[in-house]
Amino acid sequence: MQDILKKVTEAFGVSGDEEEIRAVITSEIKKYVDEINVDAMGNLIAVKKGKNKKIMFAAHMDEIGIIATFIDEKGFVRFSNIGGVSPFNSLAQRVRFKNGTIGSLNVEEKLEDKKALNIGKMYIDIGCKNKEETEKLVRIGDTANFVGDFFVQGDFAVSKAMDNRSGCAVLIELIKTLPKTDNEIYFVFTTQEEVGLRGAKTAAFGIMPDCAIAIDVTLAGDTPQSNNRDVKLGAGPAIKVKDNAYIAHPQIRRTLEDLASSNGIPYTLELLDMGGSDPGAIQTTGVGVPCGGISIPCRYVHTPAEMVSLEDLKNCVKLAGLFAKNYK
Amino acid sequence: MLIKELTDLNGVSGNEKEVRDFIKDKINNFCDTIKIDSIGNIIAYKKGINSKFKVMLSAHMDEVGFIVSGHTDKGFLKFKPVGGIDDRILPGKRVLVGKKRLCGVIGSKPIHQQEKDEREKISKVKNLYIDIGAESKDEAEKLAPLGEFISFDSEFIEFGKNSIKAKALDDRVGCAVLIEALKNSFEFDLYACFTVQEEVGLRGAQVAAYNVMPDVALVIEGTTCADVPNVEPYEYSTIQGNGAALTIMDRTCICDKELVQFLHDVAVKNNIKVQYKQTTSGGNDSGQIQRTGTGVKTASISVPCRYIHSPVSVMSRSDYESVERLTIAALNQMSKNKDFLKSLSKLTSGKEQLTK
Repeated sequence: MQDILKKVTEAFGVSGDEEEIRAVITSEIKKYVDEINVDAMGNLIAVKKGKNKKIMFAAHMDEIGIIATFIDEKGFVRFSNIGGVSPFNSLAQRVRFKNGTIGSLNVEEKLEDKKALNIGKMYIDIGCKNKEETEKLVRIGDTANFVGDFFVQGDFAVSKAMDNRSGCAVLIELIKTLPKTDNEIYFVFTTQEEVGLRGAKTAAFGIMPDCAIAIDVTLAGDTPQSNNRDVKLGAGPAIKVKDNAYIAHPQIRRTLEDLASSNGIPYTLELLDMGGSDPGAIQTTGVGVPCGGISIPCRYVHTPAEMVSLEDLKNCVKLAGLFAKNYK
Repeated sequence: MLIKELTDLNGVSGNEKEVRDFIKDKINNFCDTIKIDSIGNIIAYKKGINSKFKVMLSAHMDEVGFIVSGHTDKGFLKFKPVGGIDDRILPGKRVLVGKKRLCGVIGSKPIHQQEKDEREKISKVKNLYIDIGAESKDEAEKLAPLGEFISFDSEFIEFGKNSIKAKALDDRVGCAVLIEALKNSFEFDLYACFTVQEEVGLRGAQVAAYNVMPDVALVIEGTTCADVPNVEPYEYSTIQGNGAALTIMDRTCICDKELVQFLHDVAVKNNIKVQYKQTTSGGNDSGQIQRTGTGVKTASISVPCRYIHSPVSVMSRSDYESVERLTIAALNQMSKNKDFLKSLSKLTSGKEQLTK
């Protein structure tokens, strides 16, 4: 699991630019599924055929990042955010463009009030002397992700893209270890979640599933002075009750809770007060889809040092497998 | 001139009939069927010579404006904006109220009656009113009942060497391009969709795209242009005179990369001036169209418009021509190069992915 987590977190895949991560996942899973499709939004849709219920597991494969919007005469690059990028967390960080070019994020020197910091006042320095030099490495419209290399210490793993490559790793592991079932299981690696749950919408339309489970990270509440949340690293999967985009279907939530309890899987309940996830788009597809979520507790979401517990990931795989097998 | 005729019409979001009737009449001879759907979009269909693929062109007919929301005892109109309008530009503007185009002016408390802090603040819509010359509440209610739509009153004027000023350039320029495009024939099925209610949330395009389920969509728009004093070059968004603007990403859509590159290549090859929109703010119908059904490859081509959403939008005639030429050249190229359309429209098949 650790190897696959390293592989998927290190792949490039800013929203709208998911080719590389899609290729990595495709090569990882193609031996284990009956069919793989890619739709017009770039979603990777893998199927294990069955004759009973159509269950859609969705993990988004895109990550937040930045997009180059302007290059000035001196070779500095202006940029805009893709997804929820905090200017404070970004300051003095490094970004890596798809072609490997590294840049450092800085702010105009005349900014006196740090509270007034915003992305419009920031720029990327890629160490070029002028516009021509820069343009050889970075073009307008190029995207970059944050630099935050993968490492493991004890049970905890850290990377720039645990949101949501840890979910992708869970889904890949689920594909490889899926218990025997007559349900038809769709494993969907969605695109453009970070800019508004966009990929999930067309993926769900193409599948029209009987139910859907999102596997995504959620904010942990176990750090100093953090909001009072039940969700903790190492305390097992967080079963979704609600976030800002949807309320979990009570039957799905109950099924997940029952399965966890009866199989000795620790869990907490997730009531997320900020941010949404793919079911927000999936649940209103067609005549409606009952949705739920198996969430991965994660510290420091949307920073280059997102942290999850490896033990939690294993338990997420277990719980998802039980759901796939037992959902009727 | 087509753009003059189109911008002289009034079609505030939700009240696009005048524009719709005009366009219907203009395109009648150039398409196979014209459908008006339940929300009010025009879906003009032109059968292709070898109709394997569906290409959708989209431009919205509606414009920003106002709606009558109340009447004062003395016969002034209270009003609400329809779509995004900058409050700062309102006092002192002429408007046209309702189908009969009653003259009105937007007024506010005179400056010498204002307290110091009032003078320094921007007049909010709620403190403004429209004077239509009515002398009583009764009279005002009769002339301009609740819910009546109100447009800016602004003449189409050509000035300078190359400039045009009018209201509603966003997006009658797109409507004009679609009308011109329909005069051509293509290999694929063409659906020219003139949509409604874009300015209040991309509403018409959502159902139009669902109806068409195209393989590829091009959205033709008027977009922001901030190449004016006191703005840093990196905030310009687009530059007037630099040609057709291609969107890479905005608030509603990350355009299909392959399609954007294709449009850029077509422009370069045909010596059509082209630029990338350099900010990621704003949005248009592409956001809804892209996420219809199992997804649609979508891009947008825009005419830079300074002072957009105001009665004095300004564009360059040459930019308009670039957008029109690029749209038609791109359609012709797709018509010729079927493999490109095929590569865009194809759902990569299961087998292919597995053997890769």
